[in-house]
This record gives sequence, C-alpha cells and structure tokens, in this order.
Amino acid sequence: MGWGLRSVYALAAVSLIATGARADTIKVGVIGTMSGPYALFGKNYKMGIDAWVAEHGNKVAGHTVEFVYRDEVSPNPAQSKALAQELIVKEKVQYLAGLYFTPNAMAVAPLLQEAKVPMVVMNAATSSITEKSPYIVRTSFTMFQNTVPAAKVAKAKGATKVAIAVSDYGPGIDAETAFKKTFEAEGGKVVEAVRMPLSTTDFGPIMQRIKNSGADMIFTFLPAGPPTLGFVKAYIDNGLKAGGVKLMSTGDVVTEPDLPNIGEAGLGILSTYHYAVSHDSPENKAFLAQLQKGGAKLDEVTMTSVAAYDGARLIYKMIEATSGKSDPDKAIAAVKGMEWVSPRGPVSIDPDTRHITQNVYLREVEKVDGKLINKELETFKAQPDWGLAK
Amino acid sequence: MQTVLGILPDALAYGMVLFTISIGLSIMMGLMRVVNLAHGAFAMIGGYLASFALVSLGVSYPVAILIAVIGTVIVSVPFEFLLYRRIYRRSDELTQILLTIGITFFIVGIANYIFGPTSKPIPLPELLKGPFDLGFRMIPAHRLFVIGCGVVTAVALWLLIEKTEFGVRLRAAVDNGDMAEALGIRTQVVYSATFALAVGLAAFGGVVGAELLPVEPFYALRYMVTFLVVVSVGGAGSVTGALAASLLLGLADTTGKYLAPEFGEFFFYVAVIVIVYIFPHGLFGRAH
Repeated sequence: MGWGLRSVYALAAVSLIATGARADTIKVGVIGTMSGPYALFGKNYKMGIDAWVAEHGNKVAGHTVEFVYRDEVSPNPAQSKALAQELIVKEKVQYLAGLYFTPNAMAVAPLLQEAKVPMVVMNAATSSITEKSPYIVRTSFTMFQNTVPAAKVAKAKGATKVAIAVSDYGPGIDAETAFKKTFEAEGGKVVEAVRMPLSTTDFGPIMQRIKNSGADMIFTFLPAGPPTLGFVKAYIDNGLKAGGVKLMSTGDVVTEPDLPNIGEAGLGILSTYHYAVSHDSPENKAFLAQLQKGGAKLDEVTMTSVAAYDGARLIYKMIEATSGKSDPDKAIAAVKGMEWVSPRGPVSIDPDTRHITQNVYLREVEKVDGKLINKELETFKAQPDWGLAK
Repeated sequence: MQTVLGILPDALAYGMVLFTISIGLSIMMGLMRVVNLAHGAFAMIGGYLASFALVSLGVSYPVAILIAVIGTVIVSVPFEFLLYRRIYRRSDELTQILLTIGITFFIVGIANYIFGPTSKPIPLPELLKGPFDLGFRMIPAHRLFVIGCGVVTAVALWLLIEKTEFGVRLRAAVDNGDMAEALGIRTQVVYSATFALAVGLAAFGGVVGAELLPVEPFYALRYMVTFLVVVSVGGAGSVTGALAASLLLGLADTTGKYLAPEFGEFFFYVAVIVIVYIFPHGLFGRAH
C-alpha cells in the first residue's frame, strides 16, 4: 500500500472514531464464500447469523445491527483485502467477520489496527492468524486443535506406522506438523508424508505411494469441499480399505453434506472435530430447529453455521460492552475469557490467544435410520489451540 | 520395476480420460476450425445429466450414459442453431473465443443455479465398483472400463473419419467448402452433424471420466486448459495425435504425482513445453 492510500485509510479511520457514536445503525461486514465451489460454507455463515438474529433481535444497546455480506469466492488475498477496505471505508462497518480461507484472513489482518475494527474469524484455521492482530478473535477451530487428539487416537487404536497426506497450504502443513509431533512423541512412526496440491483431483498415484510405504493407517486433511470425496473414493477403490489400512482424518474430510456422496463405503472412517450435526445436546437441537425455521435444509448444515452463530454472539457482546461506540480495545477486552454453551458444547475464549477453547470429539461414520452421520464416540474436553499454546 | 508397474495403469486410465473428452475438441478445432472453449461445458452438462439420471431417476449406468450423450446433444442444438453456425470456418478466432467463453460462463451460471455448488456423484454399477486385482497391484475396476472406452472411441472415430462416406464428405467440406458444395455436398448438414458428434463425445467423456475429473459447476473452466493442451500437443484434427498426446501427458502427470506430488502439475507442463518445442504443430498436426 502506498503512502497515499495509507493516509486515506488513516483519515477514514479517524473519521470513524470521530463519528462512531453518531450512528444508530451498526454495520458488520461479513466476508464469506457466497458463490463458487465453496458457496455452501458462505451460505452457512448466513444461516448461522440469521439464526442468532432471529433469536435475539437486531437491536443491541439501542442500536440496530445490520450485516453486510461480501463474496470472497476463492483463496485470493488481494481481493479479500480490497473487500475489507471497501467495507471499512465505504460501508463504514464497525466490525468485520467471516473469512473462509487462511490467506484471505491474513491479508485483512493489517487493516484492522489502522481502521480500529475488530474481526471475528469464523473459519480460517491456521494457528498464527490471531497473532497477526490484537483485534482478531476466532470462533471456528484450528488444525492443531483437531489434529492433536487425532494423533492420540491413532496411537490408542494401535497404529504404529502412519502415512500423512495433507493439502499443500497453511492449514495442511499445520495438520502435518501437529500430527507428526504428537504421534512421534507417543512413540509412533511416520513412514510417509505427502503434500497434495489443492488442485489435485486424481488421488490414485498418491494411494499407490502410501500403499508401498507399508503404513497401517493414513492420516489426512483436505479442506471441506469437492476434493475430499475423490480422496476417500481413491482410498477405497485402490484396495487400501480392503487391505486393512485405516483412515483417520479431521472432520473436514467427512462434513455432513458430503456423506451421502461418499456413501456406505465411508462407514467406519474415523475423524476428530469440534462439531457434528448429530451432536446430542439441547443447545444443538434448539439451534438446528432455529436454522430450519429460517428455511435452512438440515442436509446443508456445516460447522461454519455454528462458528457464525457464535461469532454473532461475540459481536453482540462487543456492541453491548461499548454501547455502540467504536472502541476496539474495549470491545476485544469484553469477549476475552467469555464462556458459554454453544451448539457444539461448552466453549470459552482464551484471554491470551483470543482463540476458542472447545471440546474435540472422536467420531465414526455410522448409519442411523438410513442416514450416514458422524457419531460421536469420545470427548477430548476443553482443547486449546495447541499451535499457539507452545 | 514395481514402481513402473504401479504407475502405468493409472497413467493409461488418466490418458484415456483426457482422450475421450479432448478428441471432440480436436475435431472441432482441426476439421471445423472452431476454437470451442465451451467444450468443457458440454462435458460438464453430460456429467450432470448422468448424475441426475442415476440419482433421481434411478436408471442403470449404461442408460444414464445414453441419456447424458443424447441429452447434451439436444441441449446443444439451440447453441448450434443460433450461435455456432455463424462461426464455422470463416470467422476470426477472436470472435470464436469471445463467443464460446461467453457460452461457458452462461452454462456455469445455469449449472450453479440448478444443481448447486457442491460436486455431484455419478454412482457406479456394482461391476465397476471397488478394486480389481491385476496380479501385481490393485486398481479401481472403473479405470479398466475407462481404458476400454478410450480404445473403442479411438478405433470407432478413426474408422468414421477415414473409412466412411461421412468421413469423405466431412474432409471434403473442410478442405474446400465451396467446391464441396458445388459437387452437391450439403456442407451445413455435415458441419451440424460433426458438431453433434463432438458434443456427444464431450458428454461421454464427462460421464466416464467423472471419477478422475469430478463434476462440479466450475468443471467447464477448471479443465479447459488441459483439454486445449492435449489438442495442441497432439495436433488438431488428428485422432492418432490426440491419442498419443493424451497418453504421453497422462504418463507425465501421473508419474509426477507419484514421485513428487508436491510439484503439482509441474511435470505435466514440462512435458508440454518439450513436445511443443520439438513439434511446433503438435505430434501429428499439419501446418495450415
């Protein structure tokens, strides 16, 4: 950014502070994947936020809250940054939220301090994001958070030689690092580690490679979306499942909307994750009922709706704490250490890392009443982000 | 040796998928001189129709392939009638590219609206499901089927173009349209039939190749470069060329993915650069 632009934003930021108290409509900019291959997850942002607003109204501390959506489509940092700038300068949003992809969230981070805008990350799962600005809080999850329990389960299930296959970008590398470190500390051995480009659609050669490595379990992470299906099918069709090689993944690989496409061949796949649509709690039942009341289909619900629902809770709390004024420091201070029961279970915001502490569940794909679900088998209570808690 | 035997069947299957989809494009570009960037979009329509027929209508796999091929040809008729007729042979390439990329975006938008943004399954029949034991390795049974489809397509097309009356008329219409017309060949009919053939082949490839190139709304844009590369490496309009190019590129890509997956499509494009450097008109192409 040139100094010219910089001063424009500085000016914009100053005028925001000066006029912060005046506005009786508080705008919240939501950047999400509203179209393209990942549109389902952007739709889930909207579903979750709508559910929260339906339950709690759109008035907070005497101000009307309005959510403004922008479309990030794909991992495209420059575009997301431009969208955030537009939201801050033109729409004069007081809060930012959303961000599906890590690189996009990283690109927006530098703007927050200049514009004095707090941001609630509702998906992007690389640990270091919250370190990029003191104005970032996260209600989603991180790779470390979900992967460390996965490595412990792998050892407990008797795996000794594991092959790791992850998507070749930030979260994938986080997953690989977390699994390797934990699994080796527990006494296991990683015999193969493959990083797959995000554009990979043919997983046959990778399966052959894993097979030749003699692994007795595969640990994998791919971002939820089209490629996960191909990976699971390649695992089955290349005879690895039949050959007794187990598959362990983070929940991204078996998100509920993809389960019908994976089909019965997916039965028995293990995963660790912070939310399953089948999670058995009164809070989740009420949440799902609210989503359906808003017109959402149960088959389309994913973890991003919960992250957005909880994200809206944080934004309401911040508005309340600042009585609608633009005061990012006070706003962030208000949510540090916040505790509540989310549809996914009891959660809290870590006051140091500003990341959500939550239960991580071991699940297995099972058929219940003719429908494939992720059945929760075991709970790892109150997991911090292991990537930040060094 | 173990490694070579492990890679070859996968390379062959991937090559044949590239071939079945790209050959229609090769015919359009080589024989009709139309740079049809909407080719991938027609392959995608075939995939969607097959998925719909299998999942919602519950028909069998062969019937679904038929529905996909015939359905896609029917869908393409208005495009041919209203738009493509204007750009056969005579129009300049820029017009062709703008028109066909426009059609692609149109189809992507419609597919996204009707079928939603997630990838669509094409469930396989029992026979093609699961692994098949080759003796030295397991391979998905479906890949053997894909290889078979590629071989049949190649032989049938070669016979059609080189050995039949239709082939003679087509080559005549292409080489000198005015003269062919003067001799009583109705060139417009020949062109329309060839367009339908190319679209039908795209749809067929889209369905049988769906395990390797999954059907989703951005299919049309995502794989178009790959299909164009196959045509340019093979030499437009040559069945043998497209087959050789598909197999070579399939081998380069699969070997790369096996030995160094983190390099992505690097080896694929290295192979392209080397081949195009040595054969500027493609492996079996003619200079126009």
